[in-house]
Amino acid sequence: MNRATPARGKTPRAAFSFWLLLLAGFCLLPASCARREPPANITIINGAEPESLDPAIITGQADSRVVQGLFAGLMRLDPRTARPVPDLAERWEVSPDGLIYTFHLRPNLLWSTGEPIRADDLVYSWIRVLNPLTACDYAGQLFYLKNGEAFNAGKIKDPALVGVHALDPLTVLVELEHPAAFFPDLCAFPTLTVVPRRTIEEYGDLWLMARPLPSSGPFELAAWRLNDKIRLKKNPRYWDAANTQSEIIDFLPIGSANAALNLYTHGQADIVWDKELVPTELLDALLRRPDFHRFNYLGTYFIRFNVTKKPFNDPRVRQALALAVDRGRLVQKITRAGELPATHLVPEGTANYTAPAGLGHDPERARQLLTAAGYPGGRGFPRFEYMFNAAAGGSSKIHENIAIELQQMWRDELGLQMDLRQLEWKVYLSAQSHLDYELSRSSWIGDYNDAQTFLGMFTSNDGNNRTGWKNPRYDALLQRANYEPDLKKRAQIFQQAEALLVGDEAPIVPLFFYVGLNYFDTNKIQGIYQNILDQHPLNAIRKISNR
Amino acid sequence: MYFLKRLAFLAPLLLVISFLAFVLVRIAPGGPFDRERAPASPEIERHLKTKYHLDEPLLKQYARYLGGLLRGDFGPSLKYRDHTVNNIIAQGLPVSLTLGMLAFGFAMGVGLPLGFITAARRGRWPDYAGSLVAVLAVCIPGFVVAPLLVMLFSVKWRLLPVALWESPWHAILPTVALGLFFSGKIARLMREGMLNTMQLEFITTARAKGLSETAVLLRHAVRLAILPVVSYSGPLLADLLTGSFVIENIFQLPGIGVFLVNGSMNRDYPMVVGLAILYAALLVVLNLAVDLAYVLLDPRVKYE
Repeated sequence: MNRATPARGKTPRAAFSFWLLLLAGFCLLPASCARREPPANITIINGAEPESLDPAIITGQADSRVVQGLFAGLMRLDPRTARPVPDLAERWEVSPDGLIYTFHLRPNLLWSTGEPIRADDLVYSWIRVLNPLTACDYAGQLFYLKNGEAFNAGKIKDPALVGVHALDPLTVLVELEHPAAFFPDLCAFPTLTVVPRRTIEEYGDLWLMARPLPSSGPFELAAWRLNDKIRLKKNPRYWDAANTQSEIIDFLPIGSANAALNLYTHGQADIVWDKELVPTELLDALLRRPDFHRFNYLGTYFIRFNVTKKPFNDPRVRQALALAVDRGRLVQKITRAGELPATHLVPEGTANYTAPAGLGHDPERARQLLTAAGYPGGRGFPRFEYMFNAAAGGSSKIHENIAIELQQMWRDELGLQMDLRQLEWKVYLSAQSHLDYELSRSSWIGDYNDAQTFLGMFTSNDGNNRTGWKNPRYDALLQRANYEPDLKKRAQIFQQAEALLVGDEAPIVPLFFYVGLNYFDTNKIQGIYQNILDQHPLNAIRKISNR
Repeated sequence: MYFLKRLAFLAPLLLVISFLAFVLVRIAPGGPFDRERAPASPEIERHLKTKYHLDEPLLKQYARYLGGLLRGDFGPSLKYRDHTVNNIIAQGLPVSLTLGMLAFGFAMGVGLPLGFITAARRGRWPDYAGSLVAVLAVCIPGFVVAPLLVMLFSVKWRLLPVALWESPWHAILPTVALGLFFSGKIARLMREGMLNTMQLEFITTARAKGLSETAVLLRHAVRLAILPVVSYSGPLLADLLTGSFVIENIFQLPGIGVFLVNGSMNRDYPMVVGLAILYAALLVVLNLAVDLAYVLLDPRVKYE
C-alpha cells in the first residue's frame, strides 16, 4: 500500500459529529427557551408585536393596548361605556366658551418606582409629543392646544407658549385653539399619557429598555421579549391599584390566525382580540360558538377615487359607480361577519351624530348618470384600474375578493372594464399618497368616538385625503363645526358636510362598516364589555378561577 | 494558510454586500414611516426623516452606517424603535440557531442512515421503501408538513404543544417539520455517494482482503460517500441556522427569520442590511468549515 490506511475512527467520527451537533442543539435549547416563570393570570393574544411602547410613537391598536396598561393620562376609558372617566385627574372645570380646561390631579400620585407624579410631568409629556424632534406621528392629537401646531412646525420655539401649563404641582391649565367637545376623550388617548421624564432624559431613545421602567398606569413592565412575550405585572403604587383585577398579564404577539386559534383552543391563551386573527375560512363555523363575539366597530371600508384623473374628475361618473355597487352582496358573500352596508362614511353608533344617507343601490339611476356624463352604456369609457394591497403572510384575500365582485358589478350594470392592480403594502401606500392610482381600496378606523375623526380627513389639505378632492365649501363647513360649542348644531353642520362628501360629490364610495371580532370564554373572563372602540382597559379584566 | 487567505476575503466581501443591500433596499418605493394614517403635518414626516438621517445623500448615510458597523453597531430598528438591530438579533438568533442545529442534526440523523441502507440493500425492498420515503420528504414542502404534524400530534392526539418555544417539547415538531425535507435530500445524496464509492477499486481491495461487508461499507465506503453530503451541508446549514421563515411563522417561534422578511416589507433599512451581512458572514464561514471537513475526510484532497 502506498498510502497509509485511513486512521481508525475517522469515518465514525464524521458521522458521530453530526450526532454531537444534535446534542449541542439540545444543550443550547434550555438557554434559548423561556426561563421558568410563574404562570400569568391572563394570557392575551394581542396581534402583531408592538412597534414600540413609547406613547409618543405608537400608532397601532395592539401597541396602544399595552401602553394603556403602563401609562396613565388625565382620563381613562370606562370599561363598560368606553366613555372618558377621571384617571390621574380627579376633577376638572371648563370655561363657558369651551376654550380653557382646568384639571386637578389627585394628591399622592406615584410612579411605580416611588417618585411623585406631578403636573409638570404631564406638561413635559404633552410638550414632548409636540416637540418636532420627537417625530411623533400622532402629534396632531395635540394640535387642539393653543399654538400646538405652530410649535410642532417649528414656527414657535418656546414651549411655554403652548396651551398647557402647570399652575401648581396638582393643577394643569389647558388652553385650546377652538372648542372641542371630545377633548376629554382625547385625554384618554395613549399619546397623551404621562411618561417618566428622568428616565427619558437619562436613556434617550432607548428609555423603554430601562429596568425598572417607571410606569404611571395600573401595570408595570415585568418582561419584554421581542416576538415572544410582553409581561405586565400589577403596579401597587397606581392610585386605583385596589381595583386592578389581575396580578400578571401576558401578551403574546401572534401573527398567524391559525396559530392563534390553536393556542386558544389548547388553553394557552385566554383572550384573542384582534380581528385579523380569526381564520376567514372558518368564520361561519366560529361565529356560531358562544365564545366568539362580534361587535360593531368604529371603522369604514371604502373606495377612494383619484379625482384628478379623467374621467373620475366628473362627479356624475363617481356617483354612477357608487350607485351600481350592491353592498349587501359584498357583506353577505365576501366578508360574512355581519358587517353593516355603508352609504355614508361615519359609522353607525358614533357619538353625538346621525349620518345622512348617501348613495344607495340604484343601477338604473347609475346608468342615467353615466349617459349624462357622455358614456352611454359604458361606451367610450376607458379601462381603469382598482388598486389594493396584497394579502401578506397568510392573511385573507378579502381585498382581492371584494375587487373581483366590484369588477363584476360594474361590468354587468354599467358595461365598464376594470382591471385589478395588486401592490405590496408600502408600494400601495406610496401610490396612494402620490395620487398614482385611479381607484383605491381604503379604510379608516376612528381615533375617538366623534364624527370629526372621519370627516376631517377630506378637507383640502389633510394628509389623509389622498383623493385630490378639494372643496372650499366642505372645508368651511368643517371649520364652522369645529368652532360650534353646541353639540346639536355641530351635528347638523357635519350632516351637511357629509351629504356633500358621500352624496353630491362622492370622491369616495363607502362600502361597509367594520365588525370587530374577539374570542374569549365569558364564563371564565370578566371585565370585557364590547364597545365600538374595541377598547378594554386592562385593569378591569379578570379570570375567574377554575372550579 | 489557504484558510487564512479565505478568511481574509471575508471583510471586503461583507463590505460589498453591505453596500449592495444598503442601496437596494432604499430603491424600493415606499419608506419605513409610510402608514395608512398620514401624520398630522408634513413637518412630522420631515422630522422623522431627519432624526434617522434619511434625508442625507446616500453615500453620506452609508458612511455613517459603516462607521457604526465598525464599532459593531448595526443601528436602530426603524420599525421597532425601542430596540436596536443588535438587540433584536441577540434575542432571536439563539432560537434560530438552536432550531437550525436541531433540524440539521435531525436531517443528518435520519438522512444518512436512510441513504446508507438504501444503497447497501440496493434493489431490494429496503431500497424501494427507503427511497420512497426520501422522495416524499423532498416533495412535500415544509408548510404542508408542519400543519399536518400539528394537526396529528397537537390537535388530535394532544401529545405535543401546538406553537411557541417554551420547553424542549416545543422544539420537536418544528425540528421535524424543518428537517424532513433536508433529510430526504441527504438520503438521496448519500445513496448516490455510496453507490459511486462502492464502484471504486479500493473497495474491491478491501473486500478481497476478507473484511466483512459491514466493515467495508462503514469504515471505508462511507468516508468518501459522505462527501457530496458534506458539500451540500455548508449552504444548508447557513440556510437552516438563519431561520426558516415559514416554520417560524407556523409555530410562532421568536427567531430572526421573521425579521428579514418583515424587515423588507417594512422597509426597516438597518435591519435588512444587518441581517444580510449576518447571512453572508455565516455562509462564508460555514462554507469554509465544509472545505475543512473535506480535508479531514478525503486524504486525496490537499489545499495550497
